[in-house]
Amino acid sequence: MPINFIHPEYEVIRDFNKCIKCRVCERQCSNEVHKLDPDHNIMTADDSKCVCCHRCVSVCPTKALKIVKSDHTFKTNSNWMPETITEIYRQAESGGVLLSSMGNPKPFPVYWDKILINASQVTNPSIDPLREPMETKTFLGAKPNKIERDKDGRLINNLPPQLELTLPIMFSAMSYGSISYNAHESLARAARELGIYYNTGEGGLHEDFYQYGANTIVQVASGRFGVHKGYLDAAAAVEIKMGQGAKPGIGGHLPGTKIGSDISKTRMIPEGTDAISPAPHHDIYSIEDLRQLVYSLKEATEYKKPVIVKIAAVHNVAAIASGIARSGADIISIDGFRGGTGAAPTRIRDNVGIPIELALASVDERLRAEGIRGNVSLVIGGSVRSSTDVVKAIALGADAVYIGTAALIALGCHLCRSCHTGLCNWGIATQKAELVKRLNPEVGYTRLVNLITAWRHEITELMGCMGINSIEALKGNRLMLRGIGLNEKELEILGIKHAGE
Amino acid sequence: MKRIYVNEKWCLGCHLCEYYCAFANSNIKNMVDALKDVTIRPRIKIEELQSISFAVSCRHCEEPLCVKGCISGALTIKDGVITIDKNKCVGCYTCVLSCPYGAVSPSDHGVMQKCELCTQNGGEPACVKGCINKAIVFEER
Amino acid sequence: MNYVIIGNSAAGIGCVEGIRNIDKDNRITIISDEAQHTYSRPLISYLLEGKTDINRMKYRPDDFYKNNKCDIKLSTRVTSIDNEKKTVSTDKDEIIPYDKLLVATGSRAFVPPFNGLDSVPHYHTFMKLDDALALDNDVKENSRIFIIGAGLIGLKCAESLHYKTKNIIIADLAERILPNVLDNECASIMQQHLEEKGFTFMLADSVEVFEGKTAKMKSGKTIDFDVLIIAVGVRPNTELVKAIGGNVNRGIVIDEHCNTSLPDIYAAGDCTESYDISADVTRILAILPNAYIQGECAGKNMAGSDCIFNKAIPMNATGLLGMHMITAGSYDGVTHIVKSDDTFKKLFVKDNRLVGYIIIGDVLRAGIYTALIRNKTPLDSIDFELIKDKPQLMAFSRTDRAKFLGSVV
Repeated sequence: MPINFIHPEYEVIRDFNKCIKCRVCERQCSNEVHKLDPDHNIMTADDSKCVCCHRCVSVCPTKALKIVKSDHTFKTNSNWMPETITEIYRQAESGGVLLSSMGNPKPFPVYWDKILINASQVTNPSIDPLREPMETKTFLGAKPNKIERDKDGRLINNLPPQLELTLPIMFSAMSYGSISYNAHESLARAARELGIYYNTGEGGLHEDFYQYGANTIVQVASGRFGVHKGYLDAAAAVEIKMGQGAKPGIGGHLPGTKIGSDISKTRMIPEGTDAISPAPHHDIYSIEDLRQLVYSLKEATEYKKPVIVKIAAVHNVAAIASGIARSGADIISIDGFRGGTGAAPTRIRDNVGIPIELALASVDERLRAEGIRGNVSLVIGGSVRSSTDVVKAIALGADAVYIGTAALIALGCHLCRSCHTGLCNWGIATQKAELVKRLNPEVGYTRLVNLITAWRHEITELMGCMGINSIEALKGNRLMLRGIGLNEKELEILGIKHAGE
Repeated sequence: MKRIYVNEKWCLGCHLCEYYCAFANSNIKNMVDALKDVTIRPRIKIEELQSISFAVSCRHCEEPLCVKGCISGALTIKDGVITIDKNKCVGCYTCVLSCPYGAVSPSDHGVMQKCELCTQNGGEPACVKGCINKAIVFEER
Repeated sequence: MNYVIIGNSAAGIGCVEGIRNIDKDNRITIISDEAQHTYSRPLISYLLEGKTDINRMKYRPDDFYKNNKCDIKLSTRVTSIDNEKKTVSTDKDEIIPYDKLLVATGSRAFVPPFNGLDSVPHYHTFMKLDDALALDNDVKENSRIFIIGAGLIGLKCAESLHYKTKNIIIADLAERILPNVLDNECASIMQQHLEEKGFTFMLADSVEVFEGKTAKMKSGKTIDFDVLIIAVGVRPNTELVKAIGGNVNRGIVIDEHCNTSLPDIYAAGDCTESYDISADVTRILAILPNAYIQGECAGKNMAGSDCIFNKAIPMNATGLLGMHMITAGSYDGVTHIVKSDDTFKKLFVKDNRLVGYIIIGDVLRAGIYTALIRNKTPLDSIDFELIKDKPQLMAFSRTDRAKFLGSVV
């Protein structure tokens, strides 16, 4: 046996005074970390298998468990960090691309946390949201440039199709395949209850979920999986996925082992075959090509549904957005480099793309400058973590936000970033029936509804303290924001003043 | 009346219901003290086979064969809840012979025990509270 | 409306509860020739052992009669029924009118005319509370006990004396113990267990003649004893019904409504015959659950309901000196035997149905088997191999399981 260079990253610490040997940890760990040692009648743990997902910690009835990061160490080196060394060991052993999941965990600046929100004092009154109406309703879609009247002077309804949201939050694209049936059901039910939208991702729409069509955005991606007329008809809007924040510029790969009969049917591909989404759309090499797909989809849906174009936040995002805003798309969605994924090459996830805050500010600025901001609504995603992130995004110019990771965390995700193993202990990023059933949608959807309801309260509270009583009035209102600890260039791109200015 | 219902679709076979049941009926305040190094005798039990699992406890039948057949009068039904008077039970096992669900079993003391919906423990049954996936619910149907 | 119930045991009490289910008010009169508050007959052996006491073995609480608005006449024997005038007469010269009558007269110990029995100073039977109290009085430490009859009554009696004396000899005409409950194979397992605990059996043998406190057996053996207990069987008390022309075979004949052949006269419990659905025969099923359910069924019908009881089967749960045993149904058809370290199990399958079973040892959840017999569940609708191994709901279809556990039953 070759030498194993990898030391376990985490250690399972069990308080044997509290352990009652109920073995729930053993039964609930899909990574087979825990075992009862019958000879000594004690529970044991194999630390090397632990992914730090906290399933055992959460279900242990006597709270006898905790997971700690191993303090096993390499000789201190500020250049060759332990993680870097370990990754080299891993690749020297496997010869393969490093794979990871969920969003970029590296310590890049999080601009949300360097932006502060204003409040009203004396000269303009703040508003108590519990006493006065607060409008969080949001419409997404192209807005007409002018009012048109017929020859009798009556208004002509020239409003293109819109999505109506009770608040400017939607669940972002996560495919059936990358997440489980029950995770999908939870999202769909929550979207319906909340009066918002969830997004199928590129995995097609399971026939059981057509009933949630009025709250569904369906995706058309480079693999075209699961796309057919019924799919487009079922949805409230269609999203063309050009790119994804976690892995801009590359496609997707759902291994054949995850393509069971249900997924095969939903994606319209043979069971057991790999689902490969190409890096580009092979029919799109220009804005003109994109425009063709936008109008094909509009034609197919009789111009009744908004078409969204989703791109990853990359270096020249503003110019690209400008092109998309002229392509006939109704909504542009931009995914920042901290956005999640079910599986991505680690190097891509951690090094490609730009932060969504900067992308949003520059796109909003560019579209305004070009006088085409009204052509499209802007939806941003890629690590919107809280109600304050939402408020800051709206004030920077977004019409709405997509949340993915936050929604999964509400469902139980502990960000162990092991989605790509398919062994998600929380029943979210897995297709194994015995794991999928761990997420009861009844529980899941309630938690999602609770989360968004809580955020709604916080958003109206924040609006109230700014003296703003509608989302519409907050939109692009960068005066409500100030930077803290940002340099001139960052402030310039974000279009905000520094705190104290 | 409110009853315990089990939906095997959501049962994870984690067996926590058994431990919460044993704890609730132990009359000991701390779970560790109650269950450490103890072979539990819960009143709800998991049946499992491969990927299927579900919890079985007294169904509190409307026509309870255990009560009708009880030779000592220890088993009674009141307001729909079937309880056993441990003081009267002699452990003859006629209820074991009668119960179509196999939901009556011997206690540590030889006499029989069964789920009494935690009527003695206050509030919602412990198995329901302890179920991590809402596979066991307590509701009016 | 006057309800009259003759008998104060399981069937009688079942009848009261059946009536009160429907009719909360009309008068119920219970007549019992015993002096006690209703008690559980099968508990008399547990009483002797000290596993219960006279207070705890009450079949229903002290306020039962009051709460159920019953007139209780204890130590009163019904001497006759007048079904024309709809009255019953008692040995206290009372004439009690009824509109609906339940005969739950039970059974009595049968004592065969043994040669020389009158030379024995005293013998016991083991049916009633008084029998148990008398026996308890007579049995001393190390008394030599001779029990005739290795049936359930005889053996439970023997078990209850075991803590006082190990000198217990049990004889039976049959070749095996528990002849009405077990087959040969199972009986020998139980017999071995009991012999290990100190019982002495004399099977396929009977008393030729008694000479005082000595029994001379047909086999030639001689048994000296201090206490003689006769537990060879019981006879149903059918005379009251027979006297007025009611249909009586070995027991009182009743229909599914627990109605006798006479209008407004119902019968329940050990005095009746039941239709055993496991064997498709009519037989006396002198077991408490059957008595209660018949009584309850009769009571509901007496109060005007339309209740049917058509699921009677023989069944027994018994523990003998630490060994548990549960049996039900009839022992007919193909046998399936499952053995483990501590358990011997025999299932009897006939025409795609479980018709009977015997379990000795680990009897947990045996009721699942009982339900198969009672419900005549087609075995091809369940996983028989699974359920054969151990009783479990897993053997049923997902739909059935959902019905069992996810709906009101």
